[in-house]
Amino acid sequence: MSLGPHAAFILAAYAAAIAVVAGLIAWVVLDFRAQKRVLGDLEAHGVTRRSAVAKEPA
Amino acid sequence: MPLIDLANPTRFLGFAERALPWLIAATLFAFAIGLTQALFVAPDDYQQGATVKIMFLHVPSAWLGMFCWSLMSAAALGTLVWRHPLADVAAKAAAPIGAAFTFLCLFTGSMWGRPMWGTYWVWDARLTSVLVMFIMYLGLIALWRSVEDPSRAGRAAAVLTLVGAINLPIIKFSVDWWNTLHQPASVFRVGGSSIDRSILMPLFAMAIAFTLLFVTLHIAAMRNEILRRRVRGMLMLQAHAQGG
Repeated sequence: MSLGPHAAFILAAYAAAIAVVAGLIAWVVLDFRAQKRVLGDLEAHGVTRRSAVAKEPA
Repeated sequence: MPLIDLANPTRFLGFAERALPWLIAATLFAFAIGLTQALFVAPDDYQQGATVKIMFLHVPSAWLGMFCWSLMSAAALGTLVWRHPLADVAAKAAAPIGAAFTFLCLFTGSMWGRPMWGTYWVWDARLTSVLVMFIMYLGLIALWRSVEDPSRAGRAAAVLTLVGAINLPIIKFSVDWWNTLHQPASVFRVGGSSIDRSILMPLFAMAIAFTLLFVTLHIAAMRNEILRRRVRGMLMLQAHAQGG
């Protein structure tokens, strides 16, 4: 695969695409882990959601 | 499962858990085909040479930047008319992804423009209207972050999203309405595509791969946003219990 005289521009475009997609994947994965961790901490401290409380038998 | 069931956040979380592994596999498969086609099968353009390979990133990014705003506009109607919380979740989760693809469209366009046009940037109608969309994406993200109550932020963002939707036909038809350095439509146009099949097929393969990536990221980001709102609700309950 020869990229010709404008190889630097082509490589810069593909490098940017890789960086942007990697950034989006990292954002989604790290955010998911953070939310799950906080949810786990809250549940461990006995905090439950309002809807979960409402479903419990009286 | 009927589609309407997904409008329930808990059912949506279950759907996301089941769908995401399949979507990730489909996205990887589509990129394997798309990148092979784009980098190793598609020939160089007779005028632009190998720089045509930038098109396989630039065009799908541009399509997704606009598609994402269209999706957010539909979600904005869901927020304002039906006040459905999942509509607001969908719009908020989509905005950073749309902003990222619009940035990629602008950057790759600039990398393509320098060797072909002799400049990284011109203030022509197409480039300027896409830049306006990118700035509006950033404005929307800032608005969601600056208002603490998600439902209030969602309604304000929905109005701004619908106002910003006016820009979509301007972007699409800018190359017809004004004299621009950017080329006119060459894929979807009256009389058929002006791009040769040997380059058009890799372009469609990359467009499918990018679209699958968008869907995967959007569903994952919606799942995160639902969890964030649950955390917020639980923290408020905890604060209320400690205060009372």
